[in-house]
Amino acid sequence: MDRVEIVVIGGGPAGMAAAVAAREAGLENVLLIERDRELGGILQQCIHNGFGLHRFKEDLTGPEFSERYIHRMGELNIPVKLDTTVLEITGNREVLYINAAEGVRTVAAGAIVLAMGCRERSRGAINIPGSRPAGVFTAGTAQRLINMEGYMVGKRVMMLGTGDIGLIMARRLTLEGAKVIAVLARKPYPGGLMRNVAQCLYDYDIPLLLRHTIVEIVGKDRVTGVLVAETDQNSRPIPGSEELYECDTVILSVGLIPENELSLSAGVKLDPHTGGPIVDETRQTSVPGIYACGNVVYVHDLVDFVVEESEIAARGAAGFVLGSEGGEAETVEGEGRGSDDRKDAPVHVLPGGGLKYVVPQRIRGINGEDPLDLFLRVKRVYGRSFIEVRYGGDVLKRVKRLRLNPGEMERLRLNKSEMERINEVDLIVEAVEVGG
Amino acid sequence: MSGIDREIICIVCPTGCRIRVRGANQQKLTVGGNECKRGEEYALKEITDPRRTLITTVRIDHGSLKRLPVRTNREIPKESIFPCMEVINRARVEAPVQIGQVIIPDILGTGADVVATRSMGVPPRA
Repeated sequence: MDRVEIVVIGGGPAGMAAAVAAREAGLENVLLIERDRELGGILQQCIHNGFGLHRFKEDLTGPEFSERYIHRMGELNIPVKLDTTVLEITGNREVLYINAAEGVRTVAAGAIVLAMGCRERSRGAINIPGSRPAGVFTAGTAQRLINMEGYMVGKRVMMLGTGDIGLIMARRLTLEGAKVIAVLARKPYPGGLMRNVAQCLYDYDIPLLLRHTIVEIVGKDRVTGVLVAETDQNSRPIPGSEELYECDTVILSVGLIPENELSLSAGVKLDPHTGGPIVDETRQTSVPGIYACGNVVYVHDLVDFVVEESEIAARGAAGFVLGSEGGEAETVEGEGRGSDDRKDAPVHVLPGGGLKYVVPQRIRGINGEDPLDLFLRVKRVYGRSFIEVRYGGDVLKRVKRLRLNPGEMERLRLNKSEMERINEVDLIVEAVEVGG
Repeated sequence: MSGIDREIICIVCPTGCRIRVRGANQQKLTVGGNECKRGEEYALKEITDPRRTLITTVRIDHGSLKRLPVRTNREIPKESIFPCMEVINRARVEAPVQIGQVIIPDILGTGADVVATRSMGVPPRA
């Protein structure tokens, strides 16, 4: 069996950034496995701009952002297996993969970085009744067909869901000559960023119907229309409010799910709130030596934050590999304070009132009392409010926010002195609206 | 009394400020509601000379994919977007292409070049 120091699974931005960072952390023997025919991942179809503002201080398109990492992978000569699917990972870090050239093979890894990304929720996931004609696409599928394969998906389009991909695809379809009849949001506010509502919908006079959803898809061979209903305060369709819109295409932008079948095969525990692995501050999962980064952990807003997380995971994985070579897998350099007990019994970070999730979910104190960023997402829109980190009966930290939005990740930094106070007791993070 | 009074959602960054622009005419405008200086610049520009980066694809022959992603290398007037799309839709390029390569120079006299946003090689024959 071949043996490498780190196997990275997934060749999108998360995987490439992890592989690059692992090499830069001093590991020579890094292997990246990608199932597509080229590196770059989903960014290759995200041809719009808005990427890289934090990382490169430039406004790049998806392919441009990707190509920077592809270039760096080449410079560092990092081995990549393309057209290769990982079938299974074991808890003792053996990776079973398959491709046309080698057949089925196993490679043993000192550490594994999971970077499989996420996939889209589809019609089945949201149970839209009606017939099953052609012409129903997820936004990402339509994006790939139009931007890479050169197929136009339809002429009269109804879009359900106001995630950023949906908004961007409404503009893209319009540019390519389709008529987007409307974009529907089940909730009273759009899911994506306001700037995308402005530059994708308002710029092209595409109607945004808040509090509306599709209750039936009509058509035999091809979609011929959709029945649209208004929704109530609980986002449920209001009977009697249905209206028929003629269209030949329905596009769904109704959420993303971290893709964790492989994680489960390795025994990695998932967080029901994120849909991704439970990770500590080094992005180590519940299985020692298996790390995770990017949208496989939780769905990020910006690729800039994905690559930042990948570098954290890669450093963690490199530390694990270098530590086990010295026979001291659990010891991390520069660590000298009495936080050893936390490594075995980590502090839990729990989402309290108003929060959908918090990442990382565990703190082990592996990097001593270094500052630590918590990433969290709220469940609904908040006006003037504060985010509070509670520790036992005390408030460890409280920060004010003018507005909190489920479409935007919040970052909360715990500084050195706050990290020093964390020991044994679980942290609870909450959002509280002040009113006004 | 037909002055300017518009609310503009800033697209410069993800914050998405709602910026109010008011004034008697285009030379006398006041801006409010923006959290940063770039917002003010954007809002004024949006009233006087709205521009966007145009991002789309062109047909590519003998490449690993059927379409090559492209962008204008500077912003073009908003009203030029659809006329530029017509020009881009007639274009056809041949692989291989390097990232940054100019596909259409100075499109419709806007001063903006349409450039490739990725490299694309010729796939090996199977």
